Amino acid sequence: MAQKKKVTATVISQKQIGEQIYDLWLETKLVKNAHPGQFVAVYPRGESMLLPRPISICETDKAKDRLRLVYRVAGKGTAEFSTCKAGDRLDILGVLGNGFPVDKAKGKRVFLMGGGIGIPPMLELAKAMDEKKQILLGYRNKDLFLEEDLAQYGDVYVATEDGSVGTKGNVMDIIKAYALHADVIMACGPMPMLRAIKTYAAQSGVEAYISLEERMACGVGACLGCVCRTTKVDAHSHVHNARICTEGPVFEAGEVAD
Amino acid sequence: MNTEVKIAGVTFKNPVMTASGTFGSGMEYSDFVDLNRLGAVVTKGVANVPWEGNPTPRVAEVYGGMLNAIGLQNPGIDVFIERDLTFLEKYDTNVIVNVCGKTVEDYLEVVERLSDTSVSMLEINVSCPNVKEGAIAFGQKADSLYDITSQIKKKAKQPVIMKLSPNVTDITEMAKAAEAAGADALSMINTITGMKIDIHRRKFVLANKTGGMSGPAVKPVAVRMVYQTAQAVKIPIIGMGGISSAEDAVEFLLAGASAVAVGAMNFVNPYTTVEVVEGIEAYMKQYGIENVTELIGGVV
Repeated sequence: MAQKKKVTATVISQKQIGEQIYDLWLETKLVKNAHPGQFVAVYPRGESMLLPRPISICETDKAKDRLRLVYRVAGKGTAEFSTCKAGDRLDILGVLGNGFPVDKAKGKRVFLMGGGIGIPPMLELAKAMDEKKQILLGYRNKDLFLEEDLAQYGDVYVATEDGSVGTKGNVMDIIKAYALHADVIMACGPMPMLRAIKTYAAQSGVEAYISLEERMACGVGACLGCVCRTTKVDAHSHVHNARICTEGPVFEAGEVAD
Repeated sequence: MNTEVKIAGVTFKNPVMTASGTFGSGMEYSDFVDLNRLGAVVTKGVANVPWEGNPTPRVAEVYGGMLNAIGLQNPGIDVFIERDLTFLEKYDTNVIVNVCGKTVEDYLEVVERLSDTSVSMLEINVSCPNVKEGAIAFGQKADSLYDITSQIKKKAKQPVIMKLSPNVTDITEMAKAAEAAGADALSMINTITGMKIDIHRRKFVLANKTGGMSGPAVKPVAVRMVYQTAQAVKIPIIGMGGISSAEDAVEFLLAGASAVAVGAMNFVNPYTTVEVVEGIEAYMKQYGIENVTELIGGVV
């Protein structure tokens, strides 16, 4: 808990790696405590925009105190981040959230599944696992990103919605097309993809851990803005809601109600 | 230099508190600030039973502020007393519990449950704009506010603060009704009802359609209302609305507030509360002010 801090990070580099997708390296000591699947919240500098933007950790270089964020420009705040250049300073709050339970994959066959802007956290996760990994990535079109980085750590399979590269469809279609099998799934992506994974996991008796997102304000569990519905009464809230920023963003799929 | 203030017989080491709903029950921000430095921790609203709150999205950013429609999700008074109050009792600060309910009986149940605890004061939430039953229904008509205030005063062992809504024609009428019913203090303002529409999807951004606006953009409205209310009643006022710095806090004190609370800015800068405490001390030093109480209502 005590590692949560608001600090000023320095931009090391930034480049555009896809349509509206940016690859940002920051220097910050926060990286020392970072775990795959956790996130940081990045503050816009314009005073009209107050709330920090939650962005998942894509990769760390702990020896050099470097943190890599790959994000999509989704509004004014992220548009501002995309203009940052080497030497610029950005305030960040972190590290936040629980992260993926890497230990649950020990000695098992693993699917790492990423859809769209849910792909970046799969990189730090892939690096943290010694097991053989099947990495399933879903994109809209041939505008791929991070697939080469991920290929260093496992067997990468690609699906595109328009069929321009790899399997036509989404990550679930990859499983069918190649008749792949796993004992554990770790996934991040849009809600329809995560719902499909939850259903697949329940039907095939596979453990699945999914990383959710929601509009967030504080990032530290105080405002109760970013909750998800849970199947059981949550231990902290005592109702059927869990805080995505604190109990999550990663949940065992069966814990999530919808 | 003396930064102590007294409200309804309760002594605060300084006039800086947290605004209900923006600080959890203190635990979440104890990583960032030393709670011992605060005049009081005002908790998230607590009801007699757990509340689920509203569907998501519950928060949205607006220019210079934010909207929220959490809907008073809370774990209920039992968990609050066992877990949250036990945590807060470790600190040398006042605990003010924000009390919410759907019916008068709900409020009275919470008030009674808290009567034999270490809680310093009760803040009665009759102004949350995001729940359909209770809350705001009691806070937008002077006669209903008078009624619930007097019923709570009959049962309460601790001094009672009524938290006022800005979403009324004349907030001083509400303040006078609460005072006449025996309220010991007022806190103001709760959030201002707002709305945001996503023009690309043609949908409301918040699942609740409307939400309460807070943040720096509401501060001038809050300062004005505190000033007008301070002219209209004799009971002390805890001022809040967009405070992000000691300068903002001093503005509220000069307008007539006896204490201030930091709200949405906790989300933006988790160190805000302690920075405001230190900034008020620096301001007092700069102007050679011996007692912080000299600032209260000091605008001329």
